[in-house]
Amino acid sequence: MLTAVPISWFLTLSAVLFALGVAGFVFRRNIITVFMSIELMLNAVNLSFVTFSYHQKQVNGHLYAFFVMVVAAAEAAVGLAIILTIFKNRSTLNIDDVDSMKN
Amino acid sequence: MPVNFGATATDLIRFLPEIILTVMGTALMVLDPVLHKRASHAFGHLSIFALLAGIGGAVYAQSNPGTAFGGMLVVDGFATYFRVLVMVVGILTILPSYGFLARQQAETSEYHALLLFSIAGQCMMAAANDLIIVFIGLEISSISSYVLAGYLRDDKRSNEAALKYFLLGSFATAFFLYGVAITYGTVGTVNLTAIRAALSGADAPPVVFITLAAALMFVGLGFKVSAAPFQVWAPDVYQGAPTPVAAFLSAGPKAAAFAVFLRIFLTAFGPIGADWLPLVWMAALLSMTVGNFAALMQTNVKRMLAYSSIAHAGYVLVALTAQSDTGTAAAMFYLAAYAFMNIGAFAVVSHVSGRGERYQNIDDLAGLGRKQPMMAAMLTIFLLSLIGVPLTGGFFGKFYIFKAALESHLVWLAVLGLLNSAVAAYYYLRILVMVYMHEPGEAAGQTEPLTPGFRLALILPALGTLFLGIFPTWVLDCAGKSATLVK
Repeated sequence: MLTAVPISWFLTLSAVLFALGVAGFVFRRNIITVFMSIELMLNAVNLSFVTFSYHQKQVNGHLYAFFVMVVAAAEAAVGLAIILTIFKNRSTLNIDDVDSMKN
Repeated sequence: MPVNFGATATDLIRFLPEIILTVMGTALMVLDPVLHKRASHAFGHLSIFALLAGIGGAVYAQSNPGTAFGGMLVVDGFATYFRVLVMVVGILTILPSYGFLARQQAETSEYHALLLFSIAGQCMMAAANDLIIVFIGLEISSISSYVLAGYLRDDKRSNEAALKYFLLGSFATAFFLYGVAITYGTVGTVNLTAIRAALSGADAPPVVFITLAAALMFVGLGFKVSAAPFQVWAPDVYQGAPTPVAAFLSAGPKAAAFAVFLRIFLTAFGPIGADWLPLVWMAALLSMTVGNFAALMQTNVKRMLAYSSIAHAGYVLVALTAQSDTGTAAAMFYLAAYAFMNIGAFAVVSHVSGRGERYQNIDDLAGLGRKQPMMAAMLTIFLLSLIGVPLTGGFFGKFYIFKAALESHLVWLAVLGLLNSAVAAYYYLRILVMVYMHEPGEAAGQTEPLTPGFRLALILPALGTLFLGIFPTWVLDCAGKSATLVK
């Protein structure tokens, strides 16, 4: 079934998702949304890994996707904890308000 | 690839430093409820012990160099050099942390456990021979560092440092990973040696995609080493993070990231060197200029050191631009010298800033030379080395880097780098003028008792800096022999 869809479509989808993640990171102001954009980027890369893996008839790419998922989960745990302390200390999740250090 | 998933004894020995550090890190967390309060120093002692054992393990592994785990890991002189370097950085971070953690009344077990995990990740990066292992090592190192940057939970600035480090760090990692995926797609492997073989072969894959992958990885690693134009996070993170952590971040993760940088770009992407060269020299030039000129305008010492660390990243990139064994050896030497002098400078700042890190301005160093002459003398050694004055490690670091640049006919890059060093001298000397030629302020007058650990934390980097400045050949020979392996 998968053969009906060309590889390039998956790769394009992956690139588009990655670009959306970058755009979300740059333009959104809510910290949680920014963090979700990063997750979107990582998952876009996972799609690439799996596609390449299928294309090359190798199992390696699938494994890499699992590694990435584990790392992303660890990152989410730490990231959400950091975001929580930010909210506790400042009662805001707007990224422009978290800017107290300059000269 | 052989389908054998069992680890042999040789594999495990070549992975010894990481095993020791991870086991000890985990043990510290388990011991926390047992030893709690009764012996908060014990965690520091245990960590130093683990790091010394790790250095021993790394050196022992070097007696039988080679690859491990199906070529994913490689133990060679280059890996051992950086493994030992990051573990020494770890020890130099723990020494001033005793007093610091006591002053801030912070938990000690988690701090040391996170530090050990971070260093384990950096050791893994140093020995990685596979892009996925690089990625995992990078993340182990980074995720622990994010927490360390925000270790003072109730301090607003520490929080902010953690958030910025985390968001921009993960953002960068995603770019690096996309580069890995594209490499995997075009070459069909993520093993560095295999990539090199594929790229130098007759039916090399389209260079467009490989250059794109190299560029994406360059963005990711550029963030990690705080090279311009990816440096925006560094000043805020260094300023907000607890001072010993800032010292650690500027030396350990940076050295490991540069180790990976050199290995990926010279081993895997060596055959397409001409294609990625413009990226690197532009970043080198931009980092030196942006770092030095922004540092001129700072009033906060930690922030100034952050900008200076961006400039120093630029110098190391000049060494990478040279694309030669001399360049690699120069970069290795420079990173060692930089680790000593920067950790030392941060240790002095940590002492002067006092409880709650109140005194962080350059003005607060006024009169330090009169009130605390020893402290001022140490600071002088570190700052002179950062300038690159002869008889210090910084001098030979810069000397070898610009020599390598000249040998590779990058005359103008060397000239611009030297001009930059002259600019840098101004803001370092401004601190020394403040220390020796101004009336003491309230910050210099406060005399925190010096713990033995803290004394060592000043003396060891100072000795290291002078040693590298007076007997550079010993370390340089070591680096030179290893540099040829990165191909």
